[in-house]
Amino acid sequence: MSLSVKHLLGIKDLTPGDIDLILRTADQFKDVLQRPIKKVPTLRDTTIVNLFYENSTRTRISFELAEKRLSADTINFTASGSSVSKGETLIDTVNNILSMKVDMVVMRHSASGAPHFLAQHINAAIVNAGDGINEHPTQALLDAFSIRERLGSLAGKKVALLGDIMHSRVALSNIYLLTKMGAEVTVCGPPTLIPRHIEKLGVRVSYNVHETLAWCDVANVLRIQLERQNKPLFSTLREYSLYYGVNKTLLDSLDKEVVIMHPGPINRGVELNSDVADSKQSIILDQVQNGVAVRMAVLYLLAGKKEEALN
Amino acid sequence: MKSLFNQQQLQITIERLAHQLLENHVDFSATVLIGLQPRGIYLSDRIHHKLKTLLPAAQIPYGKLDITFYRDDFNTSGELHIAKETDINFSLENKKVVLVDDVLYTGRTIRAGLDALLDFGRPESVELLVLIDRRFSRELPIQPDYVGMTVDSVAAQKVRVLWQEKDEKDEVVMLD
Repeated sequence: MSLSVKHLLGIKDLTPGDIDLILRTADQFKDVLQRPIKKVPTLRDTTIVNLFYENSTRTRISFELAEKRLSADTINFTASGSSVSKGETLIDTVNNILSMKVDMVVMRHSASGAPHFLAQHINAAIVNAGDGINEHPTQALLDAFSIRERLGSLAGKKVALLGDIMHSRVALSNIYLLTKMGAEVTVCGPPTLIPRHIEKLGVRVSYNVHETLAWCDVANVLRIQLERQNKPLFSTLREYSLYYGVNKTLLDSLDKEVVIMHPGPINRGVELNSDVADSKQSIILDQVQNGVAVRMAVLYLLAGKKEEALN
Repeated sequence: MKSLFNQQQLQITIERLAHQLLENHVDFSATVLIGLQPRGIYLSDRIHHKLKTLLPAAQIPYGKLDITFYRDDFNTSGELHIAKETDINFSLENKKVVLVDDVLYTGRTIRAGLDALLDFGRPESVELLVLIDRRFSRELPIQPDYVGMTVDSVAAQKVRVLWQEKDEKDEVVMLD
C-alpha cells in the first residue's frame, strides 16, 4: 500500500484511501510519541529542508519535530535574512539548496500555487505547509485525526467551519477532506467572508452562528486574517466578535456539547473567547499534539516514494 | 505445496515450546513475552495462552512489537510497509525478554526487533523463540534459542505458517 501522489500539494489531489492511510499511519506514530524514547530511525538517510517564506510558529515547529522524531536531517530556511531579499528567484533558491543533496522540501509561501509550481521544476518530494489562500493540507489532516480521535470516525459527522472562510486555506483543505470522507460541512460567517458559489464544493452555507452551532458536532473556529484583507470586510473587530464570536454564553444556550477546534493562532476575544478556548470542550491543544504524528505519517509515506519523485 | 506440520503437530510443538520456556524461566517473575507483528503474534498468543494454563497464578507481561519503522530496507524494498500496532505497556528495563516470531529466515526482522526493543528500556537479556528456523539462509549472525522445527530450504522456496485465527486452518506449508 502506498499513497497515490508523489507530493502533498493539497487535499484536493488525495483519494479517500490516501487520507485513510495517512490517518492510520499517524495512529502508530502517535503511539511512538507516547514512548519513553520518542524517536524511530526510519528516515535517517533522508534530508529535509523547511522552506518558510511566511511566518509560522506551530507548523514550522511541528514539522521540525516530526522530522527529528523520524531521525531525518533537517535544515531550516526563512525568507527574512536570506538571499531572497537580494532578488533570488524561488526556483534558484530551491535548486541551490537541493544541489546540496536534499531529498524533501516542506514549503510555506504566501503565493497560492507556489508548491505546485515548484513541483514541476525541481527533483524532490514537496509537502505544502500552506500556500496563500489555497490549501494547508497537513492542518486539515490533523484536524481530521483529532475529530476521529474524539468522535470515533468522520463519516456522517457534522462539522462547522466558522469565520473567515474567504482567506482561510485551512477552510478549503478541511472542506475537501471532510467531504471526501463523508462528513457533512457547513461554512458560517459574515457574507463578505464567504466566497460566492462555495456550495459547489458540497457544503451548506449559513450566516447564523447560533443556528450552525446547534446543528454541528464539531465547530472549527477560524482565525480572522486581517493581514490578508486589503479592504475592510466588516466594520470593527468588536462588531465581528458580537455577531460571529464564539463564547461560553452562546455554547451554554445549546442543549449539547459541541467540540471546539481552532487551527491557531487564536485572536482571543475576537473569533473565540478565552472561556471557550481553555474549556474542556476545546481540543485545540490535542490538535497541536496530533500535528506531529500526522506530519510524521505524511513524511514517512512520501519518503517511501522518494525514488519515484526523483524520476 | 508441501505440508510440513499439520494441526496436531503444531499444537504439540507449541506445548513443547511453552514447557521449554518454563524450564528456563520457572516462575516468569522477571520474564516478559513479546510477539512480533504481523505474523509472530499468532504464535505468541498461543504460547502466552498455554503458559497461563501452566502457571495460573503468574502474571506474565505480554506485548506486541511492530518493527516497520526500524527496517533496514525502507528505501530499497520498493513496497512500503504499513505499520501495525505496537502494544507494550510496561518497561523492559532489567527484564528477561523472550522475542517470538513465526519464521526465522534472513535474521533482518529480528535485527530490527532488537533495535526497537531497546526503545522500551534495557532488558537484562533477550532470547529468541521461533516456530520455523530456515537454516543456511541467514544474512546476519542471529540464532534462535527455542525452535519448533528446523527446515532446510533454498531461497526460491517459501515457508508459510497458517493460523486458524487468520487463515482458517493451522498448518505449516512449504511453497516451491
